[in-house]
Amino acid sequence: MENKDQDPESKPGKTISRRSFIRGAGLSTASSVLMTSNAFALEYKEPLVTGKEFGPDAITIKMKVNGITKSLSVEPRTTLASALRDHLELTGTKVVCDRGSCSACTVYLDGKPVNSCMMSAFDVGDKEITTIEGIAKNGELHPVQEAFIEHDASQCGYCTPGMVMSCVHLVDNNPNPNLEDVKNATRGNLCRCGTYPKVFKATLAAAKKTI
Amino acid sequence: MNKFSWYEAKSVEDALEQVNSTLSDELYEPTQKASVFKSGGIDVFDWVKEGLLKPQKIINIRNIPGLDQISYDRKEGLHIGSNVTLAEIASNPEIKSQYLALHQAVNHAATPQLRNVSTLGGNIAQRNRCWYFRSADHDCFRKGGDRCFARHSETGENENHAILDNGTCVSVHASSIATALMAFNASVVIANAEGKQKTVQMDDFFVSAGEDIAMENILQAKEIITEIILPPPSKNTKSAYIKQVARESYDWSLADVAVVMEVSGNTCKSASIVLGAAAPVPYRSVEAQQAIESKTINSDNATAAAKAAMTKARPLSKNDYKVPLFVSTIKQTILEIA
Repeated sequence: MENKDQDPESKPGKTISRRSFIRGAGLSTASSVLMTSNAFALEYKEPLVTGKEFGPDAITIKMKVNGITKSLSVEPRTTLASALRDHLELTGTKVVCDRGSCSACTVYLDGKPVNSCMMSAFDVGDKEITTIEGIAKNGELHPVQEAFIEHDASQCGYCTPGMVMSCVHLVDNNPNPNLEDVKNATRGNLCRCGTYPKVFKATLAAAKKTI
Repeated sequence: MNKFSWYEAKSVEDALEQVNSTLSDELYEPTQKASVFKSGGIDVFDWVKEGLLKPQKIINIRNIPGLDQISYDRKEGLHIGSNVTLAEIASNPEIKSQYLALHQAVNHAATPQLRNVSTLGGNIAQRNRCWYFRSADHDCFRKGGDRCFARHSETGENENHAILDNGTCVSVHASSIATALMAFNASVVIANAEGKQKTVQMDDFFVSAGEDIAMENILQAKEIITEIILPPPSKNTKSAYIKQVARESYDWSLADVAVVMEVSGNTCKSASIVLGAAAPVPYRSVEAQQAIESKTINSDNATAAAKAAMTKARPLSKNDYKVPLFVSTIKQTILEIA
């Protein structure tokens, strides 16, 4: 057992910066974190179909996240969720079940919602990732985000980033959704607090505002 | 997950040159030297995360060109590449109009997020969801173990398990889409390392537990699914699919039924009736088919066919509810045709 769990006082700076970071992460556009690349690392070339073997050790890959191309050093076993959270410090994406069952880790891969916990960072290739940090534009919240605040559609908050991703995708692609459409869009998103009615209400309200 | 290397396959031939094992072989007898395929990766990563699969190399077949096409022709039928995602099948208008039961099955499978990634080839090749099979802490015949915890009459948590053909293994096949594919008499095209192709009927693609406990399908190490073919429907072909689940949002099947019929007016000329979550592999109910063929499609005849399907049912300690559930679901699915 490690001691750090028993001695929270040993790293006083951690908890404070974590809270303030989370508060900021929801609003700010992506912070451009550039990982230092290993001088000997191979470049992961585009297009992906190369007939080459990579790893098992980390190599430097490029990934376009929220409109910004970033370099990061990852192993083939590094999930996209881990690449975003641990390597690019985009911790708005949550990992809850880590098995593709709860969709808290939802991000867009070329505009389509996917579970970032169930794919390798190597699966991304030249496709574009959008995370919860990329939903607000120029400091303006998306109507769905505003509606979530207005309608109190969040309780413990763990499912919220994934829930927002699913609802934003619906509203951006279906200008006039009904309740059944919202239910279908959020079928994969589990909320243990049971705040679904407010999520549905918020999303329908947001859709009306965007027309 | 254990450390593994990653190979980007550029063609079917290239992939077959790299591969040396299957998920099934490696789960039955782990070597930790396996090079295995992954496409969408949902099932493969699940096994790696549990620590039950420790591959040396993962061969990514997701980006192989040419395996991601859907084509429909009134004479040739429907061809679906193995890398086509479930979301692409769900949104295909020809599949919805010509192969309704398949459309319905795909729409009820998994979540929107998973459907955007999961491929049809991976869906039919995934392993079953028995929690003892998937638990690193439990023995299981399918993992080369010497006992089955699920079958135990007092402690076995077998409420989701098989009621038919459960003499050797009590798991149920995980693919509810396969239920619909088999009802449409689909076939699977498999390429091998010698550059040869074979086409096998869905009924012959799956392997019963009694035949080989290590496998749920016939795929060998140097083989890959390239496409799934459904024969063209006639003017008089009708189909329906119903899946019963414990919660409304999404879930694994408790009982699912696909019915494909040739009808003449309100009479069934021929029927293809397949049950999912009933047996270790998708289960074609010959009894139900025979009971409804040449009969008028009505409530009495549908009930008779549904009951005939359950004559060989042998429920376990906690899943006898599945028998009446199947009776009502088969009846309801047949009546959807009428």
